[in-house]
Amino acid sequence: MNDTAVEIDNLTKRFGRFTAVDGISLTVNRGEIFGFLGANGAGKTTAIRMLCGLLLPTSGSGRVAGLDIIRQFEAIKKNIGYMSQKFALYADLTGRQNLNFYGSAYGLDKSFIAGRIKELSERLSLGEFLDRISGSLPTGWRQRLALSVALLHRPQILFLDEPTGGVDPVFRRKFWNILYSLADEGVTIFVTTHYMDEAEYCGRISIMHRGKIIDRGKPFELIAKHNADNLESMFIELIKKQEPTDEPA
Amino acid sequence: MSFLTATYIHKSYGKIEALREFSLAVDEGEIFALVGPDGAGKTTFIRVLCHLIKTDQGDVNIAGYNIKKNFEKIKPLLGYMPQIFSLYPDLSVEENLKFYAGIYGLTGQAYESKRDYLYTFSNLGPFARRRAQALSGGMKQKLALSCALMHEPKLLILDEPTTGVDPLSRHQFWEILLQLKSEGVTILVSTPYMDEVARADRAAFVFDGRKLSEGTPEELAAGFRGRIYFLNEEPTPVLIENLNRIEGLAVQRFGAGLHLYLAESDTIANYENSLAQLNIAVEKLTPAAPGLEDRFIQLTESGS
Repeated sequence: MNDTAVEIDNLTKRFGRFTAVDGISLTVNRGEIFGFLGANGAGKTTAIRMLCGLLLPTSGSGRVAGLDIIRQFEAIKKNIGYMSQKFALYADLTGRQNLNFYGSAYGLDKSFIAGRIKELSERLSLGEFLDRISGSLPTGWRQRLALSVALLHRPQILFLDEPTGGVDPVFRRKFWNILYSLADEGVTIFVTTHYMDEAEYCGRISIMHRGKIIDRGKPFELIAKHNADNLESMFIELIKKQEPTDEPA
Repeated sequence: MSFLTATYIHKSYGKIEALREFSLAVDEGEIFALVGPDGAGKTTFIRVLCHLIKTDQGDVNIAGYNIKKNFEKIKPLLGYMPQIFSLYPDLSVEENLKFYAGIYGLTGQAYESKRDYLYTFSNLGPFARRRAQALSGGMKQKLALSCALMHEPKLLILDEPTTGVDPLSRHQFWEILLQLKSEGVTILVSTPYMDEVARADRAAFVFDGRKLSEGTPEELAAGFRGRIYFLNEEPTPVLIENLNRIEGLAVQRFGAGLHLYLAESDTIANYENSLAQLNIAVEKLTPAAPGLEDRFIQLTESGS
């Protein structure tokens, strides 16, 4: 298998006269945990939608899981998993019912789903929470359940949107240890977040502003490079430097 | 001097104890942060302070008035911004402001000058005619804050005002809070995010209905018992396993590197030989300052 999970070159998306994504290039290796940061309106969502095969670029090219994002966008969907903090598990179904539902929506066969539920339940220590109504679960367990749904079809790449928002730090550390072990097995993890305590856990991060990637690197190297105290102040300073009089809403 | 004191607040919902012997004192003119995960009791506590729910036990005093006996005196001093966006989505920015001004009896010239003052720091002036539902997350929060400030409260209580807001808007929101503080407003703000706390004067860790610890952000982090070192090495499973075999060391992957945890009485020099066997020179380790999260984990894991 190829060692590059995501490779995009000069990717651009225009909506009318507005350029949402402005010629970004990026390589993410297999098994890497990559943090994709930027303020609202920076173009992150548009970029991710192109990577997930949900939106075609205006120009540029890219491959995700070895598949061309223009010609093979349908196949990409089967090879990626997606989890969001806002991601709707059916609140009045149990975890197991949610997994069965999503499994059949993916067209997976019943015995495969049953096997995966067993595996994931052990791996993520879902235990009794698997058979509880998901709407009544504490935030941390709900997120862990959402992760198991995203992993059901054994995706090679996992897209996570603010995966551990609002979770207690002990639980978050455990959640990230699960992500690290997935990465060690070769799953590539692509994380977007507004919170630096999540960004710090990533192996590498990039910062997007006004459609462009303005910097990238390992978190601690970026902090040192910009002479900042921490990731948050590095981020703010970097964006302020771009446009000193900028006053985004 | 304390502007707000809550003493031994207890609140149960059936079998669930949402708040247990929760006491807090917030000084006049300070920004105090309540930090803890979802479900810790932050919102319940805030609702108690705003007299929206009754306690089973305990007492709240604000500006010298008792909340049960004299809430009418407290009300004009209090500005509250709930966690859920509660403005009118189909009214414009300006219509929302005007509506809230009306509630507090602010009209004509008095309203207009207040509105203009609020625009100076919210920067919402250019969006005055935009419907609230069409605003970005950061702008919505600034509008909600403006509405809560309409009657010039002395105490501002904000329930997770920046959840889901991007870092730049969050930064701007805190700039506004600092500005208000400099004008003498006392602010109590809750957040689930450790990285928000650094700009508060003082903060309390909240978990499982209890206050675990309080102090300045520096004091809270400094409460950590032990030493942390950052190791700039590729955190491979093999390396982690090998490090975990060394007695006395705890290892946690941290982004592109590793954190090694030692007991407070221990020193990294004691591990020079065992690390050398893994081809790690002690020079590769840099002391890392314990973060608020490290301290929070230590407090909750020890069960205290």
